[in-house]
Amino acid sequence: MTMSTEPPALPTRRMNPWDPPAELAGFRAREPIRRLRYPDGHVGWLVTSHSLARSVLADPRFSARSELKRAPVARPGVDLFFGVPALPGWLVDMDAPEHTRIRRQLAGRFTAHRMRELKPQIEQLVEDHLAAMARSKPPIDLVEAFALPVPSLTICELLGVPYGERADFQRNSATLFRLEASVDDAAKAMEHLNGLLRGLVEHKRGRPSDDLLSMLVTDGTLSTEEIAGVGVLLLTAGHETTANSLSLGTFALLSHPDQLARLKADPSLVDNTVEELLRYLTIFHFGVPRTPVVDVEIAGQRLRAGESVTVSLPAANRDPEHFDEPDRLDLSRRTTGHLAFGYGIHQCIGQNLARIEMRIALQALFRRFPDLALAVPPTEVPVSTDMGIYGVHRLPVTW
Amino acid sequence: MRIAVDAEACVGSGLCALATPEVFDQDDTDGSVVLLAAEPPPEFFDAVRDAIESCPVKAISMAGHQE
Repeated sequence: MTMSTEPPALPTRRMNPWDPPAELAGFRAREPIRRLRYPDGHVGWLVTSHSLARSVLADPRFSARSELKRAPVARPGVDLFFGVPALPGWLVDMDAPEHTRIRRQLAGRFTAHRMRELKPQIEQLVEDHLAAMARSKPPIDLVEAFALPVPSLTICELLGVPYGERADFQRNSATLFRLEASVDDAAKAMEHLNGLLRGLVEHKRGRPSDDLLSMLVTDGTLSTEEIAGVGVLLLTAGHETTANSLSLGTFALLSHPDQLARLKADPSLVDNTVEELLRYLTIFHFGVPRTPVVDVEIAGQRLRAGESVTVSLPAANRDPEHFDEPDRLDLSRRTTGHLAFGYGIHQCIGQNLARIEMRIALQALFRRFPDLALAVPPTEVPVSTDMGIYGVHRLPVTW
Repeated sequence: MRIAVDAEACVGSGLCALATPEVFDQDDTDGSVVLLAAEPPPEFFDAVRDAIESCPVKAISMAGHQE
């Protein structure tokens, strides 16, 4: 008998809501870049250390083009995106210089000073939702009452998408992130969102206002199809991610009362609290797909052109070589260099919007509801391991 | 400490400008880094080092004594 040497599939089973699958730590300690079996039988690579994650994500030999991408978990719906050229405007699936051309059109609308200017507006939104919460009778679902509407309204306002369309785009956006969604479901959801955005772009051609879509229309560099694509991308990415970070982050704080007590005692900890929650929870939980376009030697391994690579952001963000006691939630730790927003030219364009939303929301939530508590045992909070973005489906809370 | 930035390489992530607006800003049209203080006072040295470490495209560098 010979031992099986077949490479493992990506581990996805969590022992608790906070920690990434335990096998990843073993991989990182022994083989920070190692062979990985993909659901279609392809044998590629898995990167788990912080330093190699940064090397790969900063290296232009590793392409982000969707026609080369392969999902590390079984996910029929992504066949709509992976293995075929990027949809118009989907800069996450492009390399330079196509990526650069679109990114430069958008980045001016997400600058730090613009995000700071949005603060009063976000503060008002947060206050309104907390006031409505205070008038209702607990227990309530924090996702529905607070964590989803605040980022949804914020990204709608920024893009110029009517919030009245939310039931529609939230449902279709959730379909795109659902692992079990079929190609057919994903295609329908995408067509629906594209139709919504195309309609808005046409409308804004006649009546431009001060929002991002109008600006792209007036500028005239991108085509209608590209602007609609950018709109779908920013709309879906812009609310799912922040909503999950907020609700899962609140769940984590409620489950670590010693840390929450520190934040309540010193609200100025909130900026670092947000960074630490981003690092500790890393909701982009499967990792970033990349593909070398030439043979590459890295950390003693030879990667052939075309072999799929998955960069595990959760594993990299728990690397003891970069973070002391990485598995401990510590609101005052040094978080510099965490990879929750990725790294390299594709690093999240909306990261400072997410930061400002989370800072305002978490601070106000625990100021207004200092006695906020889970309304169910922690084991009964439905975590979303079935989605492309990790988080919670519901967070029942009381006060 | 003397800082240099590479606006061509910059992708406008804005970590530097959010954390240390006294030293870094961003261009309103393409989001690329704008250096406000090439030789910042010592109280900003730690923040600048963080910005250098955080920058996803290594668009910030420094020269000169590091104390």
